[in-house]
Parts: sequence; C-alpha cells; structure tokens
Amino acid sequence: MMVNGVSHREEIEPRMLLIHFLRDHCRLTGTHVGCETSLCGACTVLMNGQAVKSCTLLAVQAEGAEITTIEGLARDGQLHPMQEGFWACHGLQCGYCTPGMILAGVQLLQRNPSPTREEIAHGLEGNLCRCTGYSHIIDAVEHAALKQKA
Amino acid sequence: MATRKKPSGYVGQALKRVEDPRLIQGLATYVDDIELPGMLHALILRSPHAHATIHAIHTEPARNAPGVVGVFTGADVNDACGLVPCASPMPDQQLPRHTVLAAGRVYFVGHPVAVVVAKNRYAARDALDLIEVDYDPLPVVTDPERALDKESPLTHPELGTNRAFTWTLANGNLEATFKKADRVIRQRMVHQRLTPMAIEPRGCVASWHPGEESLTLHTSTQIPHLIRTLLPGMIKVPENKIRIVAPEVGGGFGSKLNLYAEEALCSHLAMRLKAPVKWIESRRENAQATTHGRDQTGEYEIAVKKDGTLLAIKARTIADVGAYNQLLTPAIPTLTGLMLTGCYRCQAMRMEVTGVYTNKMSTDAYRGAGRPEATYTIERLMDMVADELGLDPVQVRLKNFPKPTDFPFETATGLTYDSGNYQRALKKAQSLSGWTKLLQQRTRARKEGRLFGVGLSTYVEICALGPSQMMAAGGWEWGCVRLEMSGKVTVITGATPHGQGQETSFAQITADRLGVAMEDVVVMRGDTAVAHYGRDTYGSRATVIGGTAILMCIDRIEAKARILAAHLLGTTPRNVQIKAGRFQAKGNARKALTWAELAAESYVAKNIPPDFEPGLEASAFFEPKNCTYPFGTHIVAVEVDRDTGEVRIVKYAAVDDCGPQINPLLVEGQVQGGIAHSLGQVLFERTVYDENGQLLTGEFMDYPLPRAGDIPPYLLDHTVTPSPSNPMGIKGVGEAGTIGATPAIANAVIDALSPLGIRHLDLPLTPERIWRAIRDHSHDESAATTVSAEDVRKGHVPIPAA
Repeated sequence: MMVNGVSHREEIEPRMLLIHFLRDHCRLTGTHVGCETSLCGACTVLMNGQAVKSCTLLAVQAEGAEITTIEGLARDGQLHPMQEGFWACHGLQCGYCTPGMILAGVQLLQRNPSPTREEIAHGLEGNLCRCTGYSHIIDAVEHAALKQKA
Repeated sequence: MATRKKPSGYVGQALKRVEDPRLIQGLATYVDDIELPGMLHALILRSPHAHATIHAIHTEPARNAPGVVGVFTGADVNDACGLVPCASPMPDQQLPRHTVLAAGRVYFVGHPVAVVVAKNRYAARDALDLIEVDYDPLPVVTDPERALDKESPLTHPELGTNRAFTWTLANGNLEATFKKADRVIRQRMVHQRLTPMAIEPRGCVASWHPGEESLTLHTSTQIPHLIRTLLPGMIKVPENKIRIVAPEVGGGFGSKLNLYAEEALCSHLAMRLKAPVKWIESRRENAQATTHGRDQTGEYEIAVKKDGTLLAIKARTIADVGAYNQLLTPAIPTLTGLMLTGCYRCQAMRMEVTGVYTNKMSTDAYRGAGRPEATYTIERLMDMVADELGLDPVQVRLKNFPKPTDFPFETATGLTYDSGNYQRALKKAQSLSGWTKLLQQRTRARKEGRLFGVGLSTYVEICALGPSQMMAAGGWEWGCVRLEMSGKVTVITGATPHGQGQETSFAQITADRLGVAMEDVVVMRGDTAVAHYGRDTYGSRATVIGGTAILMCIDRIEAKARILAAHLLGTTPRNVQIKAGRFQAKGNARKALTWAELAAESYVAKNIPPDFEPGLEASAFFEPKNCTYPFGTHIVAVEVDRDTGEVRIVKYAAVDDCGPQINPLLVEGQVQGGIAHSLGQVLFERTVYDENGQLLTGEFMDYPLPRAGDIPPYLLDHTVTPSPSNPMGIKGVGEAGTIGATPAIANAVIDALSPLGIRHLDLPLTPERIWRAIRDHSHDESAATTVSAEDVRKGHVPIPAA
C-alpha cells in the first residue's frame, strides 16, 4: 500500500489491524488508538479518499490502497487548511483525538464544502473528544471551510 | 478565534498555542509512541469476578507460548513491588493491603491477576488467552448503604467492617440554628459514579539502566513528581535514581492523578527482565481499572427563614470508596464538605461522611473532585427553598450572597474566600441569557402544555490547591527561568500540563515580564530530569501557583541583571532603568543593553563585577497562602419532550470569573470543555455495576460520552475580580465549568417538570428516567412530592394502569 505517498510492502499476519501496521510498521504514530469498539474515531485515516476507522480494518484490506494519515496532510511544509483551522481556533487541548478529528473534518468538507454548524456537528459524531467540548472544533472546521473557498 | 498580538503585550491576548504545531501534524510523542531497543510488551489478565478467592492460576501453557518471555502472578511480584499507597488516609481509616497483583483474592472486576510479557503485542494477547484461573466466587458488596448493615458480606473480611473511614466538618451551633428555622427542607441526593474516560488510555514504558542501577518510567500521568516521591516506597529504588517522564498525555481529568499498581509492576518487570517493558491498557481496562469519579449518596437538610434567609445546612453522606483507596480517595468527599455552603452566608453547618468499601474500582479525583457534588447539592437545595417558600430563585440567592465588600469572606465551613462579586456575575448572566425573555417563553410554553424550564446556578469553587498545610505532600510549585548564553529564554515548570496550554501561557507571562519576543521563550515540563521538583497538575493550580513561581524567578534574575548592567553601563544598580527588555542608565537611552547582551556577558564572565556569580538563572518555590475561589453564574433553558423524555437545551449562557485572563482562548476552551463534562453527567453518564458487581459500562458503547451533536451553542462571557492571593490576581478555571454547569442544567430540567409536581430527580436525567417520572405524575398534578429515581425503580411510586 501507499501511505502518504510512500510505498510500503511487508509480510504480516492476516489478523494485523491497519492501525497497528501504520503505527508499528510504518512508524507513523500520529494516528491513535482510543478504544476497541470503533466508537472514538481517534484512529481515523483516509483510505482511497474515504475516512475510515483503521482500528476496525485489517491491514490486508488496505492492500493496494492509498492511505493518508495526519502526517501526510501538510504539503511541502505548508499546513492543510484544516490543520490551520484547528490551530487558529484552539480546536485541541491534549491533542489525542485531534489527528482523527482533523481527518474526519477533511472528509466532511470534501463532501460538503459549505456546511452549517449543525452539519459539522453531525458529521463529527463519529469522533469523541473529552477536552474541548467541541465548540472550538466546529469553529475550526468553519475556519477551514472559509479558507478552502478563498 | 485567535487575534493578532497587540503591541502592548502578550498577556490578555487570545493567542494560538505553542503546543499545537506538533499535535496537529501527528509529530508529538505519547507513551504508546515510544519504542526502545529490546522493548517487551506486557498485557494484564484481570478478574472477571467482583469478589472471589483464587484457587489456582495455571500459567504453564502461556509461558510456553511463542514469543513469551515470562508470565507472572502475585506470588512472583508482590513482595518486590510493595503496596500501592494512599497519600491521604483518614485518622480512623482501616486500610486494606493493596498489593500490585491480586494476592489470592480478587476484589473488583478488573482487578489485575497476572501479567504476560512477550516480544510483541499480538504474542502477549495470544498468551493471555491461555492463562486459566480457578476462582471460587464470594458474596459481593455493591450497595454502599446496605454495606453498613450488620448482615452485609464484607469486602475485606480482615478489616471486620465495610466502613473505611468517617469524617466530620462542623461549625456553629447547628441544633440551635435549626430551631430558629421557619422551614426545614430535606432531600436525598445521589451523586452518581462517573468514569473520566480520557481518550488516551493509561500506559507506561519502564526501563532499567543496570550500569547506574537507575529507573526511567515514561507514563501517561498528571503527576510525574508525586510518582517519583512515592515509587521508591514501593520498588525500593531511591528517589535520586528514578526519572519519571510524562510525555504528551492524552487527557487526565483526575484519572491520571494516581500512582497505579501497573506503573510499579512495569517498573519491577523492567528491572527483573533487564529489558524495557511497555504496557498499554485497552478501553475496557480503562473503564474497569482507572479511577472513577464522584459516587456520594447523601441526606441533606437546609434550614431557612420564610423570607429565604439561609440559616444552616446538615449533610450525612456515604462515599463509595470501591475496594481500595487510591492516592487521594478519602480526601475527595472532604472537599465537598468545605464547599457545601457555596456562595452563601450561613450560620452553621455540619457534614458527616462515611467512606464504604465495596467490590468496585476505587473512586478518586475526577474533574472538580468533590466540589461538583457540593455545588450541585447547594444549588439544588436553593431551588427547592425558593419553590417551597414561593420565592424567586434569583432573589433567594441574592438575599444570601455576601456583599463584594465582605471579602475576604469567611464561610461557615471555615474557609476564607479571597474575592468575589457574585451579584455582578449573576446580573451579567441574566442579561446575556435574555432572562426576562426566557421567563416569558416559559409562560407561553406552559400555557400550551409544553415542558419548558429555566434554571440557574450561582457557583463558587475552591482551586489552585493549595497551601501546603492542607495538601498531602506540599502544595507549592517550583519554577526555573534561565537566560541562555544566546539570549533565548528557557522556562521550566514543575506543573505538568496535559492540554491546559501552559507552554503558551507561561511564555506569554515570561515574554511580557522580560520584554522579549514570545518566540524566544521555550517552556519545558513533565520530565523529572529537567523539572527536578514540582507538584504537578490537578485542582486547577498550574497557572496560579506555577505561574507565580515563574514570576518569582524573573524577579530574581532581574535583580541580578540590574547589578551586571550597572557594572557594564558604569552606573549604580539603582540608576538602571529597565524598559521593554532593555537596560539603560537613567537618562541615557543611547547606551542600552539587551537581555541577550547581558546573558552573553554573564556566561562568558570576562567582565563581571567582583563577587558576581556567572549565569543568569533563578529557581523558586511558590507557597500559596490561600486557595483561589473562581465563581460565576450559568443559566440554562431546556424543553423536555413529554413523549420521549428527551431534553433539548434551548439556551446556554455562562458568566465565569477567574480573575484576569492570561489567554482568553484557553479560558474559553476550559469552560466549554468543563460544561461538556456536566452535560454528560446530567443527561446520560453513569458508571453501572450490577448486583453481581459486573461492570456494565465497560466500553464507549455502554458509557456514552457527549458528542459534537450534543452540545448547545454557548453564550459565554466573564467578569474580572482579581484575587489578592497572587501577584497576577488570577484564579484557576480548569474545573469551574464542570462545577457550575451541572446544577444549572439539572435545575432547568426540574423546573421544566415542576408543573407536574416533580420536585427532584437524581442524575442522570435520561429520557427513560424523565419519561417514567412524567407518567407517574401525569395523574397527580397537584401533589408536590419528592421522587427519586430509586423510588421509581423500586416501584414505590405506583405506575397507573394504562
């Protein structure tokens, strides 16, 4: 599979989870594990452009896929508008849910470039945050939406 | 939103955080990101029984499984690991022996029984499944009130009782004061058990350095320094050969304010196996074996005059300790007692707490740690007083507030509140929420038969803990500020932020005070090899106490720099003026020295005054003389759906006062985050054990956290009432949101239901609980009774035939 534009080829156990492949084999530790029931969303990555929860995918299911993790969002040292939004709006505190939240936000705007706050809130219901109370996260996505339209 | 820095300084500006670039790019290091050469993985086998003796543990197949380095039980490790400490036992407390792994008996679901260490996670997991344990189940203690009955089974038979401790706080002549009352209102309230659920589960990586005989423990903790103080007592490695590192920590909320058995276990395993050992818990383990919050059940009585004057409060509570005491377990309910009278003048009070052992995980600090229970109690009681006496809930509160000139204000509980203006915050919140309009909305809604409610809470809380007299191991904070040779500034704090943003706020404070650019300041924390001493982060203390320590350091450096500058400028220290980071002789602006120039001179040391120590650094311990008491008013309007019992928050307005704000963006984040915790507590969160002691809320599927769609739009504002207890006049704010919000939301819901004759319902106010209450009261609208959820569940309130 390609991860952030880099090819990875490895022999693994069939039962290895994608999250573990990314973290332990590709050494991309930006994506996090927060639960084992695919509810918290901390493990969210993009697979062939679609936001998926990598804790409930086997690495072999990503055979031949293009994966984008949080480490692959910034291009040539330039932050992605979603990352800028989270920074500008204090959309993170401890940072643990943040990579998953940012990628879920990226997907949200791909599908709906001008969402209302309600649509943003609904679109992020697959990602849990215990620190921020979400309001600044919604601000962050709005900020990114405006940036991307400009 | 972030704003541009005004030329007048950094403090007070809503600046973007210094922490964020690494976090938003996935470049930060949390404990599970650490990989060391030869590192092994540990997984723990935990008890599926709430109470049982262990007849035998069969580890042979596991030990022979591929990739396994060792399998250990209590018999193998307990002697070397010592006992898990409680730093705040009560004088009469009976303490059970808390071994690191179960010693022949398990006391709660999740109790660690055995540990597998293997070359990788997957091998460890396979081996874990091969361990067989023969348990003989024992009777289970789950109801803390019934646990005190003579016939109750015992959680710890060797103690002869389930009573863990008793604690009483009493002031004034309670009996005489109650006799003066026109009315006494009684209410039983349950402060339900909650699970903190930080998104990052616990974990640690321990490494032993055999050449130096020293230990390094990387652990997801709020308290690296407290661990360094306490771990030697367990594993017998001296304090000055232990390094604890809190890397990036993914949330704590009090649940990582502890020295856990697993941390000592990993340390021991690393020493024993002479290899680094990593342990990371699953979410289920986090739900089972990370400290829980709250869990007090109380009978409360409030004595009032018919004009609403508050006379006295009496409380008798039972605190469900769980099977063991963790670091601060017994201390938490004492904070409830200290804050029981809230924002009000009161003549007498008495609170008796009985701690009880049950077959559950321990309770300990969780965002607010005892103060949410106090504020919820007094604010619910004030609403009941208003209701009972036919008075306006706002007027009843105003009547009992101290005047702003009454501060420092001595409370009936023996505290001295530093500063306050409760009237101003209340007025501002009323204006912000459109109070009059809300009341009109409510009138209209009630005419239409809709359940619309308005609630408020006027809260005060105790934080920036605290003077060392009241803290188990010192309440000071340590700081260090150093001008490097290059003129850059390094700040080191003994606080241990995990999302609160002190890398930013301390840089703001330092840059302003020194007159340097914020980009030139770096703040370090969390590693005891760098920040040698500290008292860490909890109780909303870091900015107040840690920040003041930093200011003390800067004062000392400035005094020293003045002497050096005088020498270099050919004048006297008294004649040196410091303006925006430049040192000049009075009246001679052309010859000015920058911090960078002074630093270079002081380290190169070729031209320093005689008897002048080279270097430009200072460290300081700040000992606070009092806690701080932030306060505010939260106002909530809700509508309850008659058919489903669902609560919709129609308006949320909050005015909070934490004194001057270093960074308004960070303050807002803390308040919003705190309110979300309250939303969860009021509307749907509860840690549930069944009658067999089985934990039913072991995953996010069963323990719901607030999601983005659950939160209402917030109207937030603030007042500024500086505290006299520190030079910046600031107060903590990390827990204030959670403390103020819970009763405001609850009061609004009960207000919505009050036309049906419902006076009180315990939390959480789930749709089912509300739906049942509505059903039970729809045939009896005139009766004003107290209904608790317990009553409804037990069938004491007859459900009318359909």
